[in-house]
Amino acid sequence: MPELSYREAVRDALSRAMRADEDVFIMGEDIAEMGGSMGVTQGMLDEFGPERVRNTPISEMAIVGSGIGAAMQGMRPVVEVMYEDFLTISMEQIVNQAAKHRYMSGGQLKVPLTIRTQGGAGWSPGAQHAQQVEAWFVGVPGLKVVFASTPSDVRGLLWSAIYDDNPVVFFEHRTLYGLKEEVAEEIEPIPIGQARVHREGEDVTVVATGRLVHEALAAAEEAEQEGVSVEVVDPRTLQPLDEDAIVASVKKTNRCVVAHEAVTRMGFGAEVAAVVQQQAFDWLDAPVERVGAKFTPLPFAPVMEEYVVPHAKDVLEAIRKTVQRDGTS
Amino acid sequence: MAKVEQRRGVSDETLREFFREMLLIRRFEEKVEERFRAGELPGFLHVGIGQEAIAVGVCRALADGDVIASTHRAHGHTLAKGTHPNELMAELYGKLEGCSHGYGGSMHLYDVERGNLGANAVVGGGLPAIVGAALAFKFRGEPRVAVAFFGDGATNIGTFHESLNLAQLWQVPAVFVCENNHWAESTPAKQHMPIEDLTRRAEAFGMKSLKVDGQDVEEVHRVAARALKHARDGKGPVFLLCETQRLVGHYIGDPQVYRDKEELNRLQETADPLELLREKLGLSDADYEALDQEVQELVDASVEFAKAGTDPKPEDALKNVYA
Repeated sequence: MPELSYREAVRDALSRAMRADEDVFIMGEDIAEMGGSMGVTQGMLDEFGPERVRNTPISEMAIVGSGIGAAMQGMRPVVEVMYEDFLTISMEQIVNQAAKHRYMSGGQLKVPLTIRTQGGAGWSPGAQHAQQVEAWFVGVPGLKVVFASTPSDVRGLLWSAIYDDNPVVFFEHRTLYGLKEEVAEEIEPIPIGQARVHREGEDVTVVATGRLVHEALAAAEEAEQEGVSVEVVDPRTLQPLDEDAIVASVKKTNRCVVAHEAVTRMGFGAEVAAVVQQQAFDWLDAPVERVGAKFTPLPFAPVMEEYVVPHAKDVLEAIRKTVQRDGTS
Repeated sequence: MAKVEQRRGVSDETLREFFREMLLIRRFEEKVEERFRAGELPGFLHVGIGQEAIAVGVCRALADGDVIASTHRAHGHTLAKGTHPNELMAELYGKLEGCSHGYGGSMHLYDVERGNLGANAVVGGGLPAIVGAALAFKFRGEPRVAVAFFGDGATNIGTFHESLNLAQLWQVPAVFVCENNHWAESTPAKQHMPIEDLTRRAEAFGMKSLKVDGQDVEEVHRVAARALKHARDGKGPVFLLCETQRLVGHYIGDPQVYRDKEELNRLQETADPLELLREKLGLSDADYEALDQEVQELVDASVEFAKAGTDPKPEDALKNVYA
């Protein structure tokens, strides 16, 4: 079993798809000679050449939009938007064009486009290079949204995204690129819309995404010392959402914490909390606790950045809050 | 058999066909306006009366397999690209038989089988996808061209600049057809552009740029054919500037308070592309009446077709969100 980093796993999925299929190509800013600002596409120019590994101008609208046009002609482009903050620039093309062409045409068109992007705090770039905006896209009918947290997940999900006939906004987390894991020799495609239970537990369910999956796992270890058994569920795809897996877990544990790095307000966890209260209200022994960033832009000074985004201790605190409630009172 | 007279490459017979098609668009849009005012058509409608020569001139120069992206003022492009008036009218009535099956409406007319990748209600929204379609044609070595229609107002939006830059940089087979009617909705060109000659915008990207009188369908057709050949031959994209006049308001019902009425009257009398072509062809009144009756019947039939069409079920709204 080869060991791959999260970064290598993304590259592996892209490279294998490009070897297998002439319709797959990648484009984005600085992805060719430089290999991408995160080094994800390093070496791909040498293997596939400049026609299929295309450096683009700094033109997010045209990067996404030309991807849409090529996708509508039956290609399977994977475009890279260097930082998810820059999705804001291509928002019109994603929301009004990619997401709606199929619908507005009454089903005549498909847009099999993958939009890869990354972000995440922990390295003090300030307010425009690290925010987490995945929740913005979940409310757009026509888009699928993926947020993978491990090397095997990112590889299997990216493959599925490339071969999905819908536009997929594919979030990677910057601080996970170095994370290593043993993966299968061959890619095992992971169905879009299937959650992963990372750790089974009895007392509390933590539904976490991205970096917070790992923070939740660390918090679960600590909780274990306190005699609290924590189940950690990563939805992996935010749209469509594997509601069944989340609800089944909460019905087992009777408590739920949602955790993500994005701001708590209107974060993805709000949707999860709504799903849980509606489908598992009678099973809940405590209010759903929410863990997310404080409601500020990301500050620059490391001490402030550290304070704003959530960590394992915040997840642990939320876990404690839920178990401190006596379900019978 | 009568001698076919050639006019710069287009026979009189072909030119008569152009005339008939432009007349069909005109009568179709007049009917749309009438039915909208009668309260039969939902939504927000924009007609392109005065701009018919561009739709017909460009679309008649396209080859099979070429694709277009259109704008909010899309009826003309859609008919000229080959969609039957019945399917177009049915769409405006929100019927399943419509060219977008009732999911699109006037500003979102699609006919993918005929190469219409969709009208776009976001100004400039369709340009990047045309670059991408052209890139796909280039990738696959297909001799196809992707064509974007848009107005002068769109040349101020970022997608225009990003798309032209990328198209020229990558030398993709695209033609950017600017319908310069000198109005961005109600805002005149002098209030939205610091330059008068829009070809300068394309030239800034090093793009080949052609300019034509958009009221002269024969000229539009001739120059569009040149632009398409250039793109198809792999020589890069072309910016095709068509100077035109919108002889009506921005939308149906627009009182045009912003517009000089005398100037509008003057344009209606001197710049109507149908009148100009009728004169050029020397159409007799009898010939004209016969053509007019023929297209009127088609338009009337399209209304009948549309009204007899199938209403979608409310829950059909849940289909087609995902492939």
